[in-house]
Amino acid sequence: MERFGAGFLIAAVVTFLLGFFLQGIMPVMTLGNLPLKTIEEIAQDVPPEFYQLAEDYPVEFKRSFGEANPQSFAKALRIGKENYIAEACWHCHSQFVRPVAREDLRFGPVSTPDEYQNLMNLPHLFGTRRVGPDLIRESGKHSNDWHIAHLYEPRNVAPYSVMPSYPWFFDEQKRPTERALGLVAYLQWLGSWQTDTAPPSIYNEAQMEKSK
Amino acid sequence: MDATADDRPFVNLDLVRWHLTASAFFMLVSILGGLAYAMQFNNLYPFSGIEWLSPGRVRMVHTNMAAYGFIANAFMAGLLFAIPRLTKQPILSDKLGWVIWGAWNLIMVLTIGGQLLGYGQGIEWGETPIFVDPLVLVGLVLLVVNMSVPIFRSKEPGLYVSLWYFLAAFGWTGLVYFMGNYLPQFWVPGAAGAAITGLFIHDLVGLFITPIGWGLMYFFVPILLRKPIWSHALSLIGFWGLAFFYPMQGVHHFLYSPIPMYAQYGAVVATIAVEIVVFTVIVNFFGTLHGRADAVRGNLAIRWFYTGMIMYAITCFQCAFQVTLTFQKVIHFTDWVVGHAHMVMFGVFGFWIMGFFIELWPRAVGRPWANPSLLTAHYWFTFIGLIVMVIDLTAAGLVQGFSWMSLSHWGESVVASMPFWWARTVAGVLIVIGQSIFLYALWITARAPAPVRLTDAVRVQAA
Repeated sequence: MERFGAGFLIAAVVTFLLGFFLQGIMPVMTLGNLPLKTIEEIAQDVPPEFYQLAEDYPVEFKRSFGEANPQSFAKALRIGKENYIAEACWHCHSQFVRPVAREDLRFGPVSTPDEYQNLMNLPHLFGTRRVGPDLIRESGKHSNDWHIAHLYEPRNVAPYSVMPSYPWFFDEQKRPTERALGLVAYLQWLGSWQTDTAPPSIYNEAQMEKSK
Repeated sequence: MDATADDRPFVNLDLVRWHLTASAFFMLVSILGGLAYAMQFNNLYPFSGIEWLSPGRVRMVHTNMAAYGFIANAFMAGLLFAIPRLTKQPILSDKLGWVIWGAWNLIMVLTIGGQLLGYGQGIEWGETPIFVDPLVLVGLVLLVVNMSVPIFRSKEPGLYVSLWYFLAAFGWTGLVYFMGNYLPQFWVPGAAGAAITGLFIHDLVGLFITPIGWGLMYFFVPILLRKPIWSHALSLIGFWGLAFFYPMQGVHHFLYSPIPMYAQYGAVVATIAVEIVVFTVIVNFFGTLHGRADAVRGNLAIRWFYTGMIMYAITCFQCAFQVTLTFQKVIHFTDWVVGHAHMVMFGVFGFWIMGFFIELWPRAVGRPWANPSLLTAHYWFTFIGLIVMVIDLTAAGLVQGFSWMSLSHWGESVVASMPFWWARTVAGVLIVIGQSIFLYALWITARAPAPVRLTDAVRVQAA
């Protein structure tokens, strides 16, 4: 009787480990060969949008990050990701492009594992729901100003949007704080490592926006 | 289960009562959060512009309180009732039971506070703040010790099927929680971390909620129907099939993602396998019901149980299809999945918990239901609300999926979803009304004057 009872506990551990090996450890082993980048290594490639951010909001940028360089970019990425998680942005925006449903035409190149082998993806933010569009190819699709206006009140730039507004990312003068700038830097980083993030000519959302 | 007097030697009904109370409270928190979040989609969010009540943060409270506040608390009440009665042994320590109650509900309060203040964790279903996670693990270990000791001390000749499920769940839950909340957060980045998150999302439902839920069904249903389970062989197949196939399908939450394809194919095959296996359990329970189907009309607990069971059958049938790569092209990332999640978490396990309440609350407070007709109203409001929500979200998912595939502007899919999101809110209002009636019924029952002796009046005769 006692042995029998313990048998179920042991069976639970064994079946868990079997599943964990097949669905967890094996992917870890397969992807283990890919080099892992730290946030500082990533931040060496500062996208042009970050320098642009320093020009667009000089006072606020200086107050938050100082000069635009790899060090301040690393800081901005960390703050951006922190707020992306705190506001649970990833509940409504995914971060991978699938090879099906013409997603490569809508968003850009299909995601590959090496893109996620860095400490910005600890924890990963793949997401399982898209109320808003995928963001892994967001870099360069919209201007910094668009993002700032969008965070303050999404319906000002996208009338159909159901996204919440985030006025607490702004100070009393409605100027962006460190949190808004960090989040924009993070969004403009997503996909900046891709050489062709611009949507293919067949699908240009900005163009559609104008023709509406 | 005839009289409270029988429960006394083994069952600590005070603990059962307080776990049920906590469960009902966090259920209210969860559904109000869900309703508020749904209203964001109608641009009617009631707390717009308040940082700590931002919709994204409220959504974390909604899902986490459903799983850990509502379901886990009610399951603990069920275990506290079922295990001592099956083993004829009290739990290890009543004091430890109270410590667990306090710790678990402190965890809930800290979780709500942490998430609203911006300390939510970036792991789906594991949004409990990082500083809460160690406390959860300690709580789970204490719970397992407190609950498994009576099973090992039992002098009963055999180990009933409920106890298989409970023991397995005790083995799984801590491992699952540790894996999901720690590995992707601190050690495994990127696509491999996503594989482990997928396992966690799935195992939380499959290896914690499902086995305890089924274990309690194997306990309550035969007692209420006054007949044994139909087939012992099917119980065996159902348990071992679940134990073998359920832990190996986590990656199906991230199909077509950069996770290695072999893991994705494996997850799909294992998922279809487990859906076939769980049908044996459903067949077993309907075999048990055979000849006593009148109980679905006459006994409200049985009605909740079997409504949930039909939902379970629909969910599993649906899941065997939606997990295929063909379906995933369209429905992944859409409201279809949200509808599926509501059907499982509320339509199945939430409904079963309502059945546990019907059966346990009168015992726990020592009074018969004050107004049984309220419970009938509760059933119909909740049932209709949930059915409308599931059908609506499933249809919305198809609309969204095909809209995206057609490459029309993103805003088109949002505009096309608007009527569905209105229907979802209306369905949510129905559920909130139903649950409010229920909470009122719980309250007036607990506040009623104590009867001299508890008799068959406990039995609810629903119209």
